[in-house]
Amino acid sequence: MTAPRPAASPRLAERPARTFDVARIREDFPILKQQVHGKPLVYLDNAATSQKPQVVIDTLVRYLTTINANVHRGIHYLSARATDEFEGARAKVRLFLNAAEDREIIFVRGATEGINLVAHSYGRQHIGPGDEVVISHMEHHSNIVPWQMLCQERSAKLRVIPINDAGELLLDEYEKLLNPRTKLVSIVHVSNSLGTVNPIEGIIAAAHSRGIPVLVDGAQAVPHMAVDVRKMGCDFYVFSGHKVFGPTGIGVVYGRAELLEAMPPYQGGGDMIRSVTFEKTTYNSLPYKFEAGTPDVSGAIGLGAAIDYVTALGLDRITAYEHELLDYGARRLAAIDGLQIIGTAKDKASILSFVLEGVHPHDIGTILDGEGIAIRTGHHCTQPLMDRFGVPATARASLAFYNTREEIDALAQGMQRVIEVLK
Amino acid sequence: MSSVDLRELYQDLIREHNSKPRNFHALEGANRKVDGYNPLCGDKLTVYLKVTSDVIQDVGIQGSGCAISRASASLMSENVKGKTVAQAEKLFKAFRAMITREPGADFDADALGDLEVFSGVSEYPARVKCATLPWHTMHAALAGKGKEISTE
Ligand SMILES: Cc1ncc(COP(=O)(O)O)c(C=O)c1O
Repeated sequence: MTAPRPAASPRLAERPARTFDVARIREDFPILKQQVHGKPLVYLDNAATSQKPQVVIDTLVRYLTTINANVHRGIHYLSARATDEFEGARAKVRLFLNAAEDREIIFVRGATEGINLVAHSYGRQHIGPGDEVVISHMEHHSNIVPWQMLCQERSAKLRVIPINDAGELLLDEYEKLLNPRTKLVSIVHVSNSLGTVNPIEGIIAAAHSRGIPVLVDGAQAVPHMAVDVRKMGCDFYVFSGHKVFGPTGIGVVYGRAELLEAMPPYQGGGDMIRSVTFEKTTYNSLPYKFEAGTPDVSGAIGLGAAIDYVTALGLDRITAYEHELLDYGARRLAAIDGLQIIGTAKDKASILSFVLEGVHPHDIGTILDGEGIAIRTGHHCTQPLMDRFGVPATARASLAFYNTREEIDALAQGMQRVIEVLK
Repeated sequence: MSSVDLRELYQDLIREHNSKPRNFHALEGANRKVDGYNPLCGDKLTVYLKVTSDVIQDVGIQGSGCAISRASASLMSENVKGKTVAQAEKLFKAFRAMITREPGADFDADALGDLEVFSGVSEYPARVKCATLPWHTMHAALAGKGKEISTE
């Protein structure tokens, strides 16, 4: 295993794409070395889940072989070490998001559980009959269904920001939706189906000027760009560890301390309490109030290692490199007869969603798989968005910083194979 | 893992029925209609049947889907038209057995006729539901179930 490169020097940052040594970076990802169906694996399903660098794998092995113990519960040596590492991971997440305090970082299972936490706790406390929650037409089901459930329970209303044919939010329409009944805006940072990067700061400013808090679903943003929750000004930010090169089963809710303090717990159990009698329970302080039960200790520590890894590579360099790769991929795909890219926003990250005239995405997926190319086909948990574009499904190639131009070429060639077989 | 031969999956007859599916229209005078749905890929399919005196007089299919599901629906419609309900059910069982068989296992090729072109689907677990959705939907229609069925 080679250690990740140190952060970019200013000179490197000026020419990020050329100085980004992908061949060397790929060495850090053992899974990428394998063959699938006799062809080199081309992994382009990073929006579903990302691959893990050796340093994350090693961190998990080291933790499980030398440290494993429960956290916050024992006075013995291992328990103290496990607790130190677990809390160390929390501090890494805080720095990663530039949150003000460690207690604003809550470990959960993933983005989905994060949104559910806010819906159950903040939502139930603040949203009542006739109130409104604003989401957008490009949300993942995990940022639709929890709000739908809450609205049903509370006789509240779900309002949806429309989008244009390029897959960009209609911001004028958004402002019109905001009114005194609006109690929360919950919006995706980067769309998993279109790649649209939403102008999140403006969206938050518009809500805040009316006193409305904003949750940002950052599941597809944190792997691709530097995120600064304080600069952004959001009230809640959620993401999943497995999409940012960490383990599955771990995710994060960032919440502003002031809001979190006033919110009731999400689940009851051990660790989230200060004292329990059968008559009354006093809740623990932040963030433990929201972390009932034994957390995913190894997952959190693995996530910490993943964050160290991408931070060392440099998020700005990652953004610049991927941007160039995305442009190249869009050009290569658009040159294919009958192929249409779905999602052509001006500001995009990582995602190439497309349809091919006369060929169902599912068949594209099978034929590309035969070439060793992993993409995702289907509705990508965004059915309302598919309906908006009038397609049942798309084929989606999603990039990470370890992908190469050669892999984009393989994808384009694979599409020629699709045409050969099916057209 | 060995290299895959996609021609095994996308045989000529499948490709041909995919580009020109038969009986793809709503059916006037149908007395059975069931919607099928594959939540995995979002494919939706409606099977219309006209069944009189225990015989499937006519079949109509509507919906969108991948090459495997379109061709499967098209060939199914040809194969069950004019059959008795019992014969169609027998074909459904033979088809399902072929598609879900263990690698290398035999299947009833004689009973299946041209439906044998789908034998390669069993090598693609992710595609089994594409091939069986039309059949499950027809099966539900024959059983007189009027509601949407799902492959899950
Ligand atoms: C934009 C977005 N939000 C939320 C999620 C849910 O993430 P998870 O399944 O890890 O909870 C995803 C995952 O695909 C996503 O892409």
